Amino acid sequence: MADIYHEIPPRFQVEIDREKCRLCERCTVNCTYDVHSFQGERIVARSENCVACQRCATMCPQGAISILPGKITFAPHYTYSDRIRRIIYEQASTGGVMLAGSGTDLPYRVIFDDLLLDAAQVTNPSIDPLRETVETVTYLGRKPDRMSVAEDDGKLIVSRGADYPNVELSTPIVVGHMSLGSISYNACLAILRAAKEVGTMVGTGEGGLHPDFYEYADVINSEVASGRFGIEPRYLKEIAAIEIKIGQGAKPGHGGHLPGEKVDAVISETRMIPKGTDALSPYPHHDIYSIEDLAQLIGALKEASRYRVPVGVKIAAVHNSAPIASGIARAGADFITLDGLRGGTGAAPRIIRDHAGIPVELAVAAVDRRLREEGIRHLVSIVAGGSIRYAADLVKVLALGADAAMVGQSALIAMGCRACQMCHLGNCSWGIATQRSDLTRRLDVDIAAQRLANVFHAWTEELREILGALGIDSVESLVGNRDRLRYVGPNPKVAEVLGVKHAGEPWSD
Amino acid sequence: MVELKEKAEAEVRAEAEPNVIEISALDERGEPKPYKLLNDEVHRAAAAGCDVIRLRDVHGQRFLAAGLEGRVRLEVYGTPGNDLGVFMDGPTIEVFGSAQDQAGNTMNNGKIVVHGNAWDVTGFAARGGKIFVRGDGGYRIGIHMKEFRRHRPVVVYGGCVREFFGEYMAGGLLVALGLDGRGKAASRDPGREVVGSGLATGIHGGVIYLRGDVPDHYLGVGAVKRELDERDRKTLEPVLREFGEHFDVPLELIWEKPFTKVVPASSRPYGAYYCGKLI
Amino acid sequence: MNGFPYRGTWDKPATPPGRLGRIGEACGIAALVNLDGRPESGARIGKMIRTMVDRENGLGAGYAAYGLFPERADLYCLQMLFDDRGALERAREFLGKIFRLDADEEIPTHPVATLSGKAPICWRFFVAPPKEADGQEDDYVMTQVFRINAELAGAFVMSSGKDMAVFKGNGWSYEIFDFYGIGDYEAPLWLAHSRFPTNSPGWWGGAHPFNILGLSIIHNGEITSYGTNRRFVEMWGYRCMLLTDSEVIAYSLDLLLRQQRLPELVACAALAPPYHFLIDEMENGGARELLREIRVNYRPAMLNGPFSIAVATNYETPTLLGMTDRKKLRPLVAATSADGNTVFLSSEECAIAILGEDATEAWAPHAGKPVIAGVGRGLVRRGTEEYFQGLEIEFSNA
Repeated sequence: MADIYHEIPPRFQVEIDREKCRLCERCTVNCTYDVHSFQGERIVARSENCVACQRCATMCPQGAISILPGKITFAPHYTYSDRIRRIIYEQASTGGVMLAGSGTDLPYRVIFDDLLLDAAQVTNPSIDPLRETVETVTYLGRKPDRMSVAEDDGKLIVSRGADYPNVELSTPIVVGHMSLGSISYNACLAILRAAKEVGTMVGTGEGGLHPDFYEYADVINSEVASGRFGIEPRYLKEIAAIEIKIGQGAKPGHGGHLPGEKVDAVISETRMIPKGTDALSPYPHHDIYSIEDLAQLIGALKEASRYRVPVGVKIAAVHNSAPIASGIARAGADFITLDGLRGGTGAAPRIIRDHAGIPVELAVAAVDRRLREEGIRHLVSIVAGGSIRYAADLVKVLALGADAAMVGQSALIAMGCRACQMCHLGNCSWGIATQRSDLTRRLDVDIAAQRLANVFHAWTEELREILGALGIDSVESLVGNRDRLRYVGPNPKVAEVLGVKHAGEPWSD
Repeated sequence: MVELKEKAEAEVRAEAEPNVIEISALDERGEPKPYKLLNDEVHRAAAAGCDVIRLRDVHGQRFLAAGLEGRVRLEVYGTPGNDLGVFMDGPTIEVFGSAQDQAGNTMNNGKIVVHGNAWDVTGFAARGGKIFVRGDGGYRIGIHMKEFRRHRPVVVYGGCVREFFGEYMAGGLLVALGLDGRGKAASRDPGREVVGSGLATGIHGGVIYLRGDVPDHYLGVGAVKRELDERDRKTLEPVLREFGEHFDVPLELIWEKPFTKVVPASSRPYGAYYCGKLI
Repeated sequence: MNGFPYRGTWDKPATPPGRLGRIGEACGIAALVNLDGRPESGARIGKMIRTMVDRENGLGAGYAAYGLFPERADLYCLQMLFDDRGALERAREFLGKIFRLDADEEIPTHPVATLSGKAPICWRFFVAPPKEADGQEDDYVMTQVFRINAELAGAFVMSSGKDMAVFKGNGWSYEIFDFYGIGDYEAPLWLAHSRFPTNSPGWWGGAHPFNILGLSIIHNGEITSYGTNRRFVEMWGYRCMLLTDSEVIAYSLDLLLRQQRLPELVACAALAPPYHFLIDEMENGGARELLREIRVNYRPAMLNGPFSIAVATNYETPTLLGMTDRKKLRPLVAATSADGNTVFLSSEECAIAILGEDATEAWAPHAGKPVIAGVGRGLVRRGTEEYFQGLEIEFSNA
């Protein structure tokens, strides 16, 4: 019987310029996908294995390697696109569930790109952020209904009720949860250093905190997920914030699975499980089957952390996000993270990554509106993530109602990730999404940390630029200020859900 | 003999007696005239060769002496409105009262002397001329002053000024003395500071002298404090003397307290701020 | 002024307020209060606002007088405008259902030839809330005012406080002065506003002062944080129907001062807080801590962009409050009378100086810091003090 596996035309064509190639074999060392090999007197490239991670082309000292679109075309068919046919071929060969890394690559309309910002002209002055103060300080956490201050005979008496711990961020950008396991020790360390330099917060991801990283405890947002890995008292007490993970934008309703072969000494120490054992994160939290159970877990975490840090809840943006968020706010959460459809992952079933959830733009607008309508918006801060690609998205998501933006993929890109979307294979040639010690060495921690810090600084400056243009000198006056956005997309219903007018419509008709 | 000499002097005075015209800024009903009407009269008088134009009962008329050229002297009694002497090139204005906002806006040359206060944005973008104010100022005094060729604008406040003093300053001389507003050393309002925060933010030319010390966190982006040297004293001396003559403030009183000098750290403070060669 | 392309008329803007867009403002403000409570005619305030005629463009002006109806000081005075008799009669019937109607009268008006368009019918009602509203009279009245303005066609409530009234309309400040005969009223506290609207035609209801219950505000500037502020006050039950930034400032202050009972200095710091870097450098530890808490807790209340405002309240006694944004992008000067009994606020010093012997030299309040003066309270703040200067600050944890 012939091989059940059908050869499929390669997605990419790797070409080596024989004139330039000096046979140094650096490509064969650098490629982690078994493309390049030295055979006889020449380098041979197996294009069918290429993922376009660009490692070989970047490292080739002669610039001899080109990575081009595959040369064998499929007969054009709109419905049965190349992509669909590849999926069917692969499943026919293997019978497997399609797995993928990174965020969905399907061309769902990025609503951010349909939004335009306002600028101050005449009736209010724009502000020069280079020379004048434009503040980006952000506080995440619950706020009281009101302050209680009484004036009495030359005295102001400030009465504080319950505790309202807030995390202070120098800029409204936080790094989302990428666990040690999904990314390497060096990648984690670089992110922590960058966050510390910038003055923001980093999620641990499901998996605890490596003992070395407690040095950065004051920028740590400890994730409590369904697997409860690595949770020890200091994980709840010495850190900046705690976040219960219910869902993730790339895989709402899905759990997680780190195979035992990846659980080496480093990960074993972090997750607090024996080496070589599977780390399984159940789909739901098995102590949360309803909203009152969530309230119970929030209560337990607040007690354990002695009410010193805010406790948040992260959910994937789904159809019913608004009422769910209302329930979470009333259950006692101090902040809610909304992770949108296009959010990233180390590994997720393609069927979920590509087809479940809603874009974060819509979720933020809907949640912000709902919480305001119910008069409880101040009870929670809103953090929004899932394809915050660059500063423009940051600005727009704040105007739609988020207090801060959460980034993941773009942070990895800053450190060198080429977004080849093969994280799930664990062979990241750039040393980011891998645990192979020969690969993790490839990431220079100092350089990666500086590159990421540079991006955060640049985004903050760009945020200040746009605030200045809007005539706003402190970022809180942008939050939820949808009046400063206009819609230019094709679907008026989107504008309606966003609560944004169409471009060309002034304040008054 | 003595009588003869006095007589001769009187003749000389009469010959030099300036050609003065008085204009009331009130209309026949006693209401303030619209600014256009008043400025028409001012420009007409100047064109007719008047040496001194004396405006009585001014109440908020704007743009007085706007774009006026030549060597005419304008005496203003009352409260001139915003944009006093805007785009002016040469004349002298003396205000016996307070000026409002934007006095000396984009002035090319000339002189404005204010016996009261002059509030916000005095001397905005001035390219030349002098402004002396006996009292206090508001916000953004001397913002974006610049110098060009022979012109170097000078603004001196006898009292205190507020935030963003000398913001974007590109040239010229800014001084605030922190006196009590009437040219006296004693402070009327203890604890009032000679200047506020955002001082000289974005400064890339010119120099600021402040009587007294300034907290470091008041310095804006790109501004640094320096000690005064002999050359600074030489620069300041004639300016302060002129100020003292206008308002009868003795120089010794002014020099009683040491000055702080504020200058740009660099003429191009944002060299590394931008990027963009990859896309 | 005739033929001004955007000259609004009563006929045109009588469309429901909900359909109007947001209106930006760049205007003249004047205010005065007699600290001993002595009532004075509107002549002086009229003179002040008229002196700044260059600040207006004839598309709206208004006045507020406090301490106006001492004989009916327990009743809410609904000072209203109507399109026509029918609207007036419908409103009378409606008010009879939701309030106890004590008295009503036509607001005296005088024809002003230069006012274009048809003038509205002006009427005032003195009302008391029904028994069910006991203990929550203010909230009841506020809700009904929102209802009337949103739902009662052809009717508009200009003001709804006790012992005070707002008089406003679409015209120049001196036209509105003559129309209502402002010189015939006597009150110890006055606000006056002249308008230079930028984003919409003028209409009678859109002129300043904006009022809710005992609080009235006149405003110069345009708030860049409007969307954020509007959503904030709407969360607490306010309905922004006029969609102007001035309206949203009025509701913010009503929320902070009346509903949350914050001291004036705390409310002002919430609207125009100092920069973080200045808070960090403050020597007064109590002030530093309190300002930090205000900045954390009242983020959406902060007003961004240029503004100067004068606010009148009568929670305990008629009080005048004036302040600017924290960058001082709009003008405000203050002065007292020679005898110290009157406190003046104005956009321009000339409006105070023209009072001649009556006024002393003006001072300029510092950015974001309030001038506060009230009948029987004296000049509490000049707006030049340090934050919470002279107040001991105590924190107590429940």
